[in-house]
Amino acid sequence: MNKEYEVVIIGGGPAGLSAGLYTSRARLSSLLIERGLVGGQIVNAELVENYPGFPEGISGLELTQLMHQQATKYGLETLLAETTGIELKEGQKVVKTTEANFIAKAVIIAGGSERAKLGIPGEKEFTGKGVSYCATCDAAFFKGEPIAVVGGGDAAITEARHLTRFASKVIVIHRRHQLRTSRILQEKAFAEPKIEFLWNTIVEEIKGEEVVQQLSLRNVITGEKFTLDVAGIFMSIGFKPNTAYLKGVLPLDAAGYITTNEKMGTEIPGIFAAGDIRYNSAQQAVTAAGDGVTAAIYAEIFIR
Amino acid sequence: MSKPITVDDANFDQTVLQAEALVLVDFWAPWCRPCLMLAPILDELAEDYSGKITFTRLDVDQNPKTASRYQIMSIPTLLLFKKGEPVSHIVGYKPKAELKRDLDTAST
Ligand SMILES: Cc1cc2nc3c(=O)[nH]c(=O)nc-3n(C[C@H](O)[C@H](O)[C@H](O)COP(=O)(O)OP(=O)(O)OC[C@H]3O[C@@H](n4cnc5c(N)ncnc54)[C@H](O)[C@@H]3O)c2cc1C
Repeated sequence: MNKEYEVVIIGGGPAGLSAGLYTSRARLSSLLIERGLVGGQIVNAELVENYPGFPEGISGLELTQLMHQQATKYGLETLLAETTGIELKEGQKVVKTTEANFIAKAVIIAGGSERAKLGIPGEKEFTGKGVSYCATCDAAFFKGEPIAVVGGGDAAITEARHLTRFASKVIVIHRRHQLRTSRILQEKAFAEPKIEFLWNTIVEEIKGEEVVQQLSLRNVITGEKFTLDVAGIFMSIGFKPNTAYLKGVLPLDAAGYITTNEKMGTEIPGIFAAGDIRYNSAQQAVTAAGDGVTAAIYAEIFIR
Repeated sequence: MSKPITVDDANFDQTVLQAEALVLVDFWAPWCRPCLMLAPILDELAEDYSGKITFTRLDVDQNPKTASRYQIMSIPTLLLFKKGEPVSHIVGYKPKAELKRDLDTAST
């Protein structure tokens, strides 16, 4: 027997937790399924300074623990498992996980995204040997050494600034000629003497003996090829939505994102999507939370 | 009740390298969020693999000698040791089901 819930929420980041708060308070039986740690990507942020209501900032872990506590207080149930599929059977939605299957009247997909890989030679071989996807985790292994950060968004610049505490020099390699970050972050990065920029540049190969030693680079405007000696390379080139298990269930765009209407509805009635997993999401904790709430409200209308 | 045991630079050889059984070492540090995410999963796996694999954890911040001996440059890193030699190398956070697959392949 598959257990039944009125709402099943996939993903325990800001979007899923906010959806769960609202569906629980609407007195809909609600299950949240999370494959990692409840909290989502934002647990990697040491200090979140732009979530309204916390003028001194708050750590991402603490912020989402509070969200979880609040939703649980109103009856949200949490299961630690990975969702592996959604099946539509006679008007019912069956959510499959590594632990059990569940039947839901409405499903809110809030699985967010994860770090994209560059897919260049050397990247896989040197992962853990100088190639890193988590600056807060690995910065301390590169004391006094030159390191590269690939990317030009908020996450890349935040990480470059964090790395200056350990590295002798941080070289930001970006394929465009300007950053895609908030002005306040740009000003801070440009003022930091340890950070240098390589504009219009892409990494073609990562080389070394046992550990990373050198990058092969190319300027995309002039075509000039050159090398850079570094001890580490931190990847911050954007994100890939967690939608692999949804192929064939929902239409996804070329990059794998889910398109929704203004009610967070997808093409299948009763299946909603919220947060970073949506096409054109603003990729912020507060907008993800807002999406989750919108989805919850329209899920309630759909069910009742 | 099997729980991961804490190892350090001083007792690493004895506890890990000279062990008869398979030993898994979790290289971690308190500032690393994915490490904190992994810890409760390893607690559960220590239970599941009780008698087959000994689960240990080493704080890289407190024990730089062992961390650099195995060239740890990314955490969490899990190394599985068989008779003193690392036979499997897992980098980064992974969900429980995936870790189980990795451990099953490595330990058979
Ligand atoms: C280092 C860093 C710093 C950031 N700093 C800020 C900041 O200061 N301010 C800000 O507003 N935003 C920040 N962000 C962005 C913010 O984290 C995201 O916009 C936000 O977390 C998106 O929320 P979400 O709920 O849509 O998805 P996520 O946070 O990605 O959560 C999705 C959850 O779903 C789970 N999941 C995915 N697939 C499955 C599955 N199949 N089964 C079960 N569970 C699944 C995942 O494990 C994850 O926990 C930062 C991001 C990073 C990486």
